[in-house]
Amino acid sequence: MIALAAILLSDLFAVVMLFGVYSLLTAALFMDLDAVDVAFTEAAVGAGVTTVLMLSSLHLTRRWEALPRRKPLLGLLVIGITGAALVYAVLDAPLLGDPTAPVHQHVTPRYLEQGAEEVGVPNLVTAVLASYRGYDTFGETVVIFTAGLAVLLLLGIHEDARMRPGVSAIGDQVVLRSVVKPLLPLILIFGLYVQFHGDFGAGGGFQAGVIFATAFVLYELVFGEGSARAVVPPGWLHRLAALGVLIYGGVGVYSLLAGKAFLDYSALATDPVHGQHLGILLVELGVGIAVFSVVLLIFYAFSGRSRRQ
Amino acid sequence: MNYLPGIFNYLVVVFLMMAGFYVVIAQGNLIKKLVGLGLFQASVFILYITMGNISGGRAPIVVEGVTAYSSPLPHVLILTAIVVGVATTAVGLALAVRIHEAYDSVEEDQIHAEDIAADEALMDAKTTGREDDRR
Repeated sequence: MIALAAILLSDLFAVVMLFGVYSLLTAALFMDLDAVDVAFTEAAVGAGVTTVLMLSSLHLTRRWEALPRRKPLLGLLVIGITGAALVYAVLDAPLLGDPTAPVHQHVTPRYLEQGAEEVGVPNLVTAVLASYRGYDTFGETVVIFTAGLAVLLLLGIHEDARMRPGVSAIGDQVVLRSVVKPLLPLILIFGLYVQFHGDFGAGGGFQAGVIFATAFVLYELVFGEGSARAVVPPGWLHRLAALGVLIYGGVGVYSLLAGKAFLDYSALATDPVHGQHLGILLVELGVGIAVFSVVLLIFYAFSGRSRRQ
Repeated sequence: MNYLPGIFNYLVVVFLMMAGFYVVIAQGNLIKKLVGLGLFQASVFILYITMGNISGGRAPIVVEGVTAYSSPLPHVLILTAIVVGVATTAVGLALAVRIHEAYDSVEEDQIHAEDIAADEALMDAKTTGREDDRR
């Protein structure tokens, strides 16, 4: 229903807010489907960062959509046919919760049965993410880094003349300020907890990076444009992002030099399980730093760009 | 296990996917297209997580005395995909902002119209330039 409303409305501000609500509902659904880590990420990213980014680009463009002039018939026809084909395919899909579904047959049993002993980390999502599929995660970290670079190339980080720390665009909101001020250290501590406790509970570098960046975004939004820049200057951020990717890659190269395969963490310590622990911690740290700095960098790039008159 | 509840999530996924697809192909506003892309993306996430679920299972964090866990593999894939998704959405939004600066519009129709007008102006300038040379 929310998706439908988002399609039909022409006020883009409402569309973006509805999209945030949609993300939050999706996160709740993930929670119900036992995917705690994913729900975590979706709630932090979808309901938080994406909404802020979309709103700031609305500020840079315009709020109202032009009246549609084209006819929706062709589009409806295309999605009708595609949808019918997909529904036909879905009729053969394994039922929800079916233990004999193909997903639960191939590598999953091995992850579930031996993951805890081989990697020594109770949270299997972290084990698969950082250890079994470390190559994928490295690739994805590089993709995030590249996306950050692309935004930087497209928008750049501008120092706006109107930008004064302590003067917020939304005015002096006493309630917001006094609520956000005690909240900020808690968010930061929570981010660190999620970062370093990701081996045992839900969490990890991706979530922690986003949560950490959200704290700074909130600070900048409530306490005025330029306030967060005084704390974390934009000039540091691209170096930090590169440092995160370097930590990840460096662990891989170190294990290569130690005579093991790329990203084989057993090279890091004499005891293989201990090495896995250390490797996952380092790699997650790299991911966390990279994600944090890229998200904040993207936010700076959008917020610093003044609207062209 | 009933058939309809078992398949209900997939039907929701198809509906959301088609809704997002419709926005992407049929609407002219670039920012709205990105929202549509987000809808589509989220539906794929739901599809993966639905497949990883197992009845009577727990979240894949090892606890004593629990035998059935959801498959961690789809969770890993989607977790990273969400963060990559926000990064790529940001690139799309940055492109939209730059397009707005160049064309003063994020409506596809107007951008095409301006492109065509600019091309025609360029062609006109070229032909008149050649005529000037001949003279």
